[in-house]
Amino acid sequence: MTDFIDIGSVTDIPVQGARIVRTAHGDIAVFHTASGHFYAVDEYLEGKAGPLSNGIQHGEKVTDPMRNWVFDLATGEAQGADEGCVGTYEMKVEDGRLLLSSAAIAGQVAAE
Amino acid sequence: MTQKLIIIGAGMATGRALEQLIEADPNAYDVTLFNAEPRGNYNRIMLSPVLSGEKTYEEIVTHSAEWYEENGVTCRFGERVANVDRARKVVIAENGEELPYDKLMFGTGSNPFIIPMLGHDLEGVIAYRDLEDTELMMSMNETNKVVVIGGGLLGLEAAAGMAARGVDVTVVHIMGHLMERQLDEAAGYLLRKALVDKGITVRCQANSKQILGENGKVRALQLDDGTELPCDLLVMAVGIRPNVKLAQDIGLAVGKGIHVDDQMLTSDADILAVGECVEHDGAIFGLVAPLYDQAKVAAKTLLDEPATFVQREISTKLKVTGCDLFSAGDFAEGEDREDIVFRDPARGVYRRLVLQSNKVIGAVMYGDTADSNWFFGLIKDATDVSDMRDTLIFGPAYQGGTPMDPLAAVAALPDDAEICGCNGISKGQIIAAINGGADTLDAVKATSKAGSSCGSCVGLVTQVLGLTLGDEFKMPEKETICKCSDLSHDDVRKLIIAKELKSIPHVMQDLDWKSPGGCHVCRPALNYYLVCAWPGEEVDDGKSRFINERVHANIQKDGTYSVVPRMLGGITTPKELRAIADVADKFKVPTVKVTGGQRIDLLGVKKEDLPAIWYDLGEAGMMSGQAYAKGLRTVKTCVGTDHCRFGTQDSTGLGIKIESEMWGAWSPHKFKLAVTGCPRNCAEATCKDLGIICVDSGYQILVGGAAGLDLLEAQLLVTVPTEEEAIEVSCAFYQLYREGAQYLHRPYKWIAKVGLDWVKEQVADDLENRAALAERFRYSQKFYQVDPWAERARKGVDSHEFTPLADFTKVAAE
Ligand code: SRM
Ligand SMILES: Cc1cc2nc3c(=O)[nH]c(=O)nc-3n(C[C@H](O)[C@H](O)[C@H](O)COP(=O)(O)OP(=O)(O)OC[C@H]3O[C@@H](n4cnc5c(N)ncnc54)[C@H](O)[C@@H]3O)c2cc1C
Ligand code: SF4
Ligand code: FES
Repeated sequence: MTDFIDIGSVTDIPVQGARIVRTAHGDIAVFHTASGHFYAVDEYLEGKAGPLSNGIQHGEKVTDPMRNWVFDLATGEAQGADEGCVGTYEMKVEDGRLLLSSAAIAGQVAAE
Repeated sequence: MTQKLIIIGAGMATGRALEQLIEADPNAYDVTLFNAEPRGNYNRIMLSPVLSGEKTYEEIVTHSAEWYEENGVTCRFGERVANVDRARKVVIAENGEELPYDKLMFGTGSNPFIIPMLGHDLEGVIAYRDLEDTELMMSMNETNKVVVIGGGLLGLEAAAGMAARGVDVTVVHIMGHLMERQLDEAAGYLLRKALVDKGITVRCQANSKQILGENGKVRALQLDDGTELPCDLLVMAVGIRPNVKLAQDIGLAVGKGIHVDDQMLTSDADILAVGECVEHDGAIFGLVAPLYDQAKVAAKTLLDEPATFVQREISTKLKVTGCDLFSAGDFAEGEDREDIVFRDPARGVYRRLVLQSNKVIGAVMYGDTADSNWFFGLIKDATDVSDMRDTLIFGPAYQGGTPMDPLAAVAALPDDAEICGCNGISKGQIIAAINGGADTLDAVKATSKAGSSCGSCVGLVTQVLGLTLGDEFKMPEKETICKCSDLSHDDVRKLIIAKELKSIPHVMQDLDWKSPGGCHVCRPALNYYLVCAWPGEEVDDGKSRFINERVHANIQKDGTYSVVPRMLGGITTPKELRAIADVADKFKVPTVKVTGGQRIDLLGVKKEDLPAIWYDLGEAGMMSGQAYAKGLRTVKTCVGTDHCRFGTQDSTGLGIKIESEMWGAWSPHKFKLAVTGCPRNCAEATCKDLGIICVDSGYQILVGGAAGLDLLEAQLLVTVPTEEEAIEVSCAFYQLYREGAQYLHRPYKWIAKVGLDWVKEQVADDLENRAALAERFRYSQKFYQVDPWAERARKGVDSHEFTPLADFTKVAAE
């Protein structure tokens, strides 16, 4: 079973905002979408996109500030003509707290 | 011999199971029914209508004392089952009495979750679960204040029920919009509006910190930000937990709920469980539909008949009078999913369907839920909808009928709404002109004057033509703001004002947006249009701005930022230069560069350092140069009369005055100026958005220059004799551009559209209009001329942007 680590309150990230969680393996961007969902994905797609926490969100997607790549936050897949995928990590919300899988902090991308 | 069945909990699930059992074989079991509540089975769902006064408790009783008697059920109401000895197969009541059973059924329901914050045990802090809670809420009246924590189904029903009794109710919700599990943002916005209309105060994104009391009784709720919400009663409706305590104590397999198999048997073959207390295949339940299915299966299992419980799709309706809301299935967006959104602004209707592989998998409806069963059927049956894809959203009545109406937003406008700002013409006047025989755009322009000036209202005028003439009129193709809407930039801007739309969800709902939440193209444009239209009102949405404007710095290719302090008119001082040198040292800034805009750029600053670096710069009196803004950038100047032998006027001084007056303003795109002391043009005024060339007789004002992607020479707008007038014209021109141009158009693009002559009329010839424009600009500046960095470096504004949520870099990987 997945272990989860408390990373903060749901109100620590404004709606349609994002913040980063620093790990020894690089930054993870945590998004709070307008629909009230939370997603954790890699901040950078090495050499191609990022920092994604700086992008504009719309629906369950984010537009990269550098080259306008659009990523699906649930799958990490780049949309449209662009090809690439950022790592995604398991997250859940319990009693107003944000919980991130400890695998994410250990640098293990969620299994698809 | 009749077997003994003992049931723990007289709730909705066991009640249904009993009915099924008795109907199938009234003599199979000798039934004893325990219930902790001092009453039998009632329709818990209907507590909300009881609360609001639409029903009485008597009307919602499902099983009366007579019913239990007739069916030979031994009732032990108000008695809790204290323990079960599975080895001896006896139930132990609270009073110590032991009752043997052959079969035992758990239906213990769930416990409302109480947030264990300080003060949760004060008197007057309740949940919303049973009749006692309901009666407490019913004891509130016009003189009372109540706070409800939780903006979900239950919390809102509680709030609406009390509001109907005149109680002053505030709903505190931790998430960004109400009922976020069922609704998307737009539907949440409509719901919020309806509740606010009922007099309920709604606070979203609000985190409760503690409950304050007085003499052991609740007095107020305190939020994270220190706000205190006084209340006489505090209702927590933040979720439920399956009630598994007893099952756990007696060693049944329990996870989130009591584990049951497809036959509703627990890990003990003589014990069944139904209702909210169970966990089946990883799922727990909070609505009655699946519980009734479980009840049916449990009754069969008790009679040794084969039956299997299968989880089905469930739907939700909110039971608040005047808020028709339905939601079912799954409506998260996904790559392989497609949304169909329908909005009827006039009726406040919103519908959204989520399709996957030609099947409806989710539906949200607000305002008109008449067709909800039909849509729910499509979801449950996984019907292939390819054939009705185009008209699907209109519901069953329209199958094969009318297509979507792109004119809805304009149709919903009242007759007195102004369509043509230039000429002050309303929708009603345009309709009158059309009815008087003007059946083409040109004819309308000629007879009503609408659309005959700047032309930005032509899109709307055309739509009024289309609406009035119907099929007789062929709508021309036009460029829409983006794929989320059928409207052009101009249409949207005009409608924002005509309909007084003041937030992005509001615009999207009322202007019939086709996507649920817009995209990265329309969101920043809408945000600008709102910021420009409603200065002084809280319409700005930082999350709809590009990162540079959100964090007030320019993002660099490596994710660092650049810092450009303002130097009015290109003038600086040793003190400022020292401050810049000091921060460059202190924050180890890799590059310090003189920009092409007559100021200094500190490049390669870490995002986290931005507030601190600006704190230091602020100490030296410097403010943001907004080198990132779709707004006022730089006012370049030359040395002018102060030092130059050719100078005719104080170009540096005028540049400083203009920049002092204009900094901080937002506009459709960046806006750059230059003031040069004579026609030698050392400050390059002839290629600026607005350039001033000082001459002996006064000031030549040129507009629409460009030296970036396009190279264009600025055109003469007007020559004025005094500095004051030069400033006035500059402000008026900027305001005209701010109010009229489409997002991301530099002035030269906008001028090409509206014509330089029209611009001249507005700011050079019509002096009254010039003054009015300048006045509107100054009014707007009252609100936007704030140094973003003063707020961020000193008052902690938006600090979440600059600090990580958590830092695990020092935690060793497991
Ligand atoms: C810093 C500066 C270059 C320099 O080192 O001198 C600069 C840097 C950038 N310019 Fe510029 N421009 C700078 C003066 C200019 C000028 C010259 C001027 O203002 O006199 C021009 C041509 C004049 C004009 O705008 O007409 C200029 C025309 C552009 C354009 C083309 C705009 C256009 O509409 O044609 C862009 C792209 C855009 O805005 O979309 C651009 C965009 C940019 C951006 C913001 C690129 C970006 O989007 O990330 C650059 C930020 C770099 C960074 O990482 O910080 N920059 N840029 C200058 C800052 C001036 C200042 O003090 O604020
Ligand atoms: C205000 C309100 C509105 C609702 N609206 C809707 C709606 O619109 N649609 C919908 O589908 N659902 C709605 N629900 C949810 C629905 O009421 C529940 O899903 C349903 O009542 C659960 O049935 P149950 O039999 O599992 O539990 P319950 O009905 O809660 O019954 C459990 C009973 O067990 C008793 N009990 C617990 N432990 C013991 C023990 N040890 N000994 C003896 N007795 C015990 C409890 O006192 C309780 O009476 C609403 C709920 C509430 C509170
Ligand atoms: S523009 Fe004219 S006044 Fe200004 S510095 Fe150049 S020559 Fe001198
Ligand atoms: S608004 Fe109608 S012509 Fe300008």
